[in-house]
Amino acid sequence: MADPVLQICDLAYQWSGRSAFSVAVADLTIAKGESVLLLGESGSGKSTLLSLICGTILPDTGTVSIAGTNISAMGGGARDRFRAEQIGVIFQQFNLLPFGSVADNILLPLRFAPKRRKRAGDAADAATNLCSALGLPAGTMDAKATALSVGQQQRVAVARALIGHPPLIIADEPTSALDADSQAAFLDLLFAQMASHDTSLLMVSHDPRLGERFDRVIRMEDVAQIERATA
Amino acid sequence: MILRLSIASLFARALTVGMTILAIALSVALFLGVEKVRTGAKASFADTISGTDLIVGARSGSVQLLLYSVFRIGNATNNVTWESYQDIAARPEVDWIVPISLGDSHRQFRVMGTTQAFFDHYKYRQGRSLAVADGAIMDDLFDTVIGADVAATLGYTVGDPIIVAHGLASFTEHKDQPFRVSGILGKTGTPVDRTVIVSMEAIEAIHVDWQNGAQIPGQSTPADVIRDMELTPVAITAALIGVQSPLQTFALQRAINNYPEEPLLAILPGVALQELWGIVGIAETALLAVSAMVVVTALIGMMATIFSSLNERRREMAIFRAMGARPLTILTMLILEAMLMAAIGALLGLALLYIGLMVAQPILDTTFGLWLPIEAPTLREVWVILAVVAAGAIVSMIPAIRAYRMSVADGMMVKT
Repeated sequence: MADPVLQICDLAYQWSGRSAFSVAVADLTIAKGESVLLLGESGSGKSTLLSLICGTILPDTGTVSIAGTNISAMGGGARDRFRAEQIGVIFQQFNLLPFGSVADNILLPLRFAPKRRKRAGDAADAATNLCSALGLPAGTMDAKATALSVGQQQRVAVARALIGHPPLIIADEPTSALDADSQAAFLDLLFAQMASHDTSLLMVSHDPRLGERFDRVIRMEDVAQIERATA
Repeated sequence: MILRLSIASLFARALTVGMTILAIALSVALFLGVEKVRTGAKASFADTISGTDLIVGARSGSVQLLLYSVFRIGNATNNVTWESYQDIAARPEVDWIVPISLGDSHRQFRVMGTTQAFFDHYKYRQGRSLAVADGAIMDDLFDTVIGADVAATLGYTVGDPIIVAHGLASFTEHKDQPFRVSGILGKTGTPVDRTVIVSMEAIEAIHVDWQNGAQIPGQSTPADVIRDMELTPVAITAALIGVQSPLQTFALQRAINNYPEEPLLAILPGVALQELWGIVGIAETALLAVSAMVVVTALIGMMATIFSSLNERRREMAIFRAMGARPLTILTMLILEAMLMAAIGALLGLALLYIGLMVAQPILDTTFGLWLPIEAPTLREVWVILAVVAAGAIVSMIPAIRAYRMSVADGMMVKT
């Protein structure tokens, strides 16, 4: 089997804020092309785990490997570059830079990832194709990001995550701002796009009903030990 | 792309950014304006008198004598008697001498009594002579030659009558002896533009019926009678002197300063000007420092604006981070933004300066005789603009470093 897209081994992280808080993950692996739903209530350490995977925070012990590379061993700048190359990120909402056009937003990650830009080929064409594949009206590219509806904004965020085909997409409750019908439509589009490039997906949600559409559903409490000092 | 996004981000906050830029623009315009007025005033003052070796007046301060005799600022404390004047005029070192008699006014302009020699020997701006633009130099006792600004402000043409007032800002007028404008001088950019010139005899003539600064009640001598009178001046206010040889300047100065009959003062105009700069220099520096402080205040205002925008832009920074931007990129973006604001502000300030100059130039010229040339920006001004941009960058480091720390701590997650 090829390298897994994501592999976490014996990870421990202690948040050194006012409230002592620690996360420990013994093993979490996502294979190429696999879609995984990570279920967890708010405050269950999901955001911290995602930050660890994206490399914006570093584990105290253990390793996080993306596409076979241990990102914990990298320097800060290289890690940021690596994230841009390898991971597409979709937030809950307010994904877009409000002052930029749709095109600006979609092309933004390519600005920090030269290899990914190369993979995307003609970036403007790729962005336009993604937009139409995601059902965004023609001419959206030049629109201001804030001129779109919330559902459309989330689709732009998907296009931005997918452009240049990064091997892993991280989505943090991307459907929580959408109604049930839009949620289904959103996931249809997301899965259709990912299937064509064998992209892996790690999606975080608190909604177990979404589970049936994923290859695998895992619960936060099963993969991670969270400890909270009651101060 | 980052630059374009920075500009877009600035546009999205157009109101606060606009205010900040306006503050910077006004402060830069003020700073450059002060600088312009300073250099303009210096040049204008230095150009006022040229070719005169000594100025003689009653003993007072050299700066005071220079100010009232040449710039018509302030008043003489005392006069020089006609006898002393003639003694000095008769000295062998003296090539030419021009008497000046001040003290009366016409409207807001001062009246100066002098002789034909004034038109021959008074030089300004590196040796230029006065030129009559219209009419002729006075011929009759009650003729007057007026400066360009006098004619322009009061709308006088050759042949118009003028009534001279006694003293300055006075309500008592020499009504019985009206003058006639015989000539109008060309524009010089010196106080001569704001002077009404009459003959020495005319000054005596209008004071025939006056004693101790007031008109003798009921006495009014007709002009024709005055014309036949002996009108030798009793005293003059000051005199401009040209010497035979520059080597004699100091000897003559010493002789006049030691004149036994009367306490007199002879000054070299250039030296007195230097002395004047010495006095004005402190105020000049203070003014420049204050306007520099205004620029600094505007930049600190910009820093405050950036600071207050940081919190609402956390999300924006998190997006940049998630897309792979390094914290250093965020730092750079904020500094770039500040430099853009400072640069736009500084250039707008320069534009404001030119607009201000175009508006103020004629006003300053007519009211203060201060001519500010409108020229391409000097190297010094270019440096000021670059310094403002650099200072903007330095000042913005403080919020930028905070943003850097925030983006390191927040990563791509923002808990709002």
